[in-house]
Amino acid sequence: MITDFVPLFIMILLALGLALTLLKLQQWLGPYQPGKIKGSPYESGQDPVGSARERYSIKFYLVAMIFIVFDVELVFLYPWAVSFGEFLQAGGGAALGALAVVGLFLFILVVGLIYDIKKGGLDWD
Amino acid sequence: MYDFLLADTARVLPILVVAAVGIAVILLDAFRNDSPSIPWLAGAGLVAAFVLEGFKLYDPQVAFFGQVYSGGAAAFANMVVLLGALGSVVLSVPYLKRIGHNYGEVHALILFATVGMMTLASAGSLITLFVGLETMSVCLYVLTGLVREEKGANESALKYFLLGAFSTGFFLYGIALLYGATGTMLFSEMVEGLAVTERTGIFVGGVALLLIGFLFKVSAVPFHMWTPDVYQGAPTTLTGFMSTASKAAAFAALVVVLARALPVDLVAGEVQITLSVVAAVTMVVGNVIALAQTNVKRMLAYSSIAHAGYILAGLAAGTGEGYGGALFYLLAYTVMNVGAFGVLAALEWDKEQGAIQDIESLAGSGYRQPILGVTMGVFLFALTGFPPLAGFIGKYLVFAAAVDAGLTWLAVVGVLASVVSAYYYLRILVVMWMKPETDAPEAARQPFALATSTTVVLSLCALLLLILGVMPGGVIEAAQSYFDAGAIVAGR
Amino acid sequence: MDLTWYLALSAVLFSIGVLGVLLRRNAIIVFLSIELMLNAVNLSLVGFSQGFGDVHGQILVFFVMSVAAAEAAVGLAIVIAMFRNTLTLNIDEINLFRG
Repeated sequence: MITDFVPLFIMILLALGLALTLLKLQQWLGPYQPGKIKGSPYESGQDPVGSARERYSIKFYLVAMIFIVFDVELVFLYPWAVSFGEFLQAGGGAALGALAVVGLFLFILVVGLIYDIKKGGLDWD
Repeated sequence: MYDFLLADTARVLPILVVAAVGIAVILLDAFRNDSPSIPWLAGAGLVAAFVLEGFKLYDPQVAFFGQVYSGGAAAFANMVVLLGALGSVVLSVPYLKRIGHNYGEVHALILFATVGMMTLASAGSLITLFVGLETMSVCLYVLTGLVREEKGANESALKYFLLGAFSTGFFLYGIALLYGATGTMLFSEMVEGLAVTERTGIFVGGVALLLIGFLFKVSAVPFHMWTPDVYQGAPTTLTGFMSTASKAAAFAALVVVLARALPVDLVAGEVQITLSVVAAVTMVVGNVIALAQTNVKRMLAYSSIAHAGYILAGLAAGTGEGYGGALFYLLAYTVMNVGAFGVLAALEWDKEQGAIQDIESLAGSGYRQPILGVTMGVFLFALTGFPPLAGFIGKYLVFAAAVDAGLTWLAVVGVLASVVSAYYYLRILVVMWMKPETDAPEAARQPFALATSTTVVLSLCALLLLILGVMPGGVIEAAQSYFDAGAIVAGR
Repeated sequence: MDLTWYLALSAVLFSIGVLGVLLRRNAIIVFLSIELMLNAVNLSLVGFSQGFGDVHGQILVFFVMSVAAAEAAVGLAIVIAMFRNTLTLNIDEINLFRG
């Protein structure tokens, strides 16, 4: 059983070896001439105007929270979509019923979205 | 072919009504911010669901392939939950107005939490159990942290959230192991499957983890550490909601698991030993620590731990009488605790000091607000277990069931613990009626007008306790009929 | 593959999660550990489900995922409210209540 993984191990070793070799090679082959301009954060670009370590605005968290919820709710659509074909074949309005059920589900999500928009959850300013 | 879906939908109609009203409240709040009609709408939805459940009280059914039980014991528990929610919605309006947090969302969250509790109480499979439990818990986390400018509320919410989610992990692992041991999520199939398969370590571990999850949710010792902090920091009327309705739903679900999902010999054996020890420790620890409290809210939090112990005594008995007695106790406990927290909310005198409400600040309040004083007296006597109030009947039922099941020592511990509890309950009354008003801080003595709705709800609660205490016959019969030996064997 | 491997991995992950909750002091890290516990359970549920050829375990996994998302949203909101008031996320420093 462990032998099944031998190709994987070889692959990992090859990747590791290649990456390390390239890293070392550019140190040997490339010219190394440190200078003031070379050492600046954006070489031959804009000079930085402040520290990059700022605290994120709280708004990012708000959007992130809303995103998580709506994103994950969509997971329920996958089993529904996969089994919808069976409902179609069953006939007798079963597909309509399944459609109504998912419509109700999406309606509840949309109510949440409407609430969010109305309360200003998505306003940036 | 799918006709049964309509019939099944009708069986869970009360839950759907509450959910639909909750969504309507959210929409209303989105377009008319904090509209004053929201509490009315929420209350109407709860009353409608209560009436609908009432029709199902003697009509137990299974819906959605056994995932949900409807009617019978589930209807009884749901009615208790709805009663607690209704009382909390009405009491919350004037209280939240006073502390300046009368958001429309509060009522939507109460409704959604109620949906979760009803689902939990009607669960027929481990999946429904989990979904109901989490719907309830997530809403309660938000309600706890409602007053978000206050450090105390933040702290309660964070503690409740972290410990609640932690216990959910154990609960869920228990579900997974039970599923692995029995190969099914349905309670009805589980009990059949276990009769033939041998009980592996996976099964025992699953039952143990599931029980830990339940004991955490009902705040039994040693899983009670979160309760006082959370109850103290949450808005007072919502503490009443949390301490009653969520406990009623969790206990109802635990009863169903014990009576319908687990094998009889296990429930009468190891589970009984565990539950009776936990019940005894919970009663003693809850009451003894409550003696030392000077903050009334915290005292009532420890008292609610003790009451979880009394109810667990009924569950430990493992008989139809015990389960029915526990259901009756939950009804009485919900009414008296919602009322007691309602009185406290009305007497809370300052936004900052509210969180550390000292017992001395109640001095002489019985004379200033006779209605609050009298109803609080009824609630406290009921909590102590004085006849002829409902609390006495509830205690009698669970302790009698424990004695019948051969757990006389547990009943003795329970009665002794109740005697101890009389000291701190009556101390509140003594302070309210016999201490001079001048003992209370100046700010606490400001006269204020009591909202009519508060008066009505508190009086109704007190009246209901009296009625249930004087003529409980029909309610007891109903509660105990659900878990008769015959009813359990028939798989219902 | 044998079901035991899935269960063992799940148990190990669950234990790491429990230890994380008990040992770490930052509220967010504690919450991450709780999420690890939930997902460890998901692994055993999927494993059992595959072993039995029964779909119920996987259905519960969907619900666990959405519940975890809802809890994450509520938890982040509580943590933000907390941080605004106290400027700390160390759960040892959060102790107003005594008694």
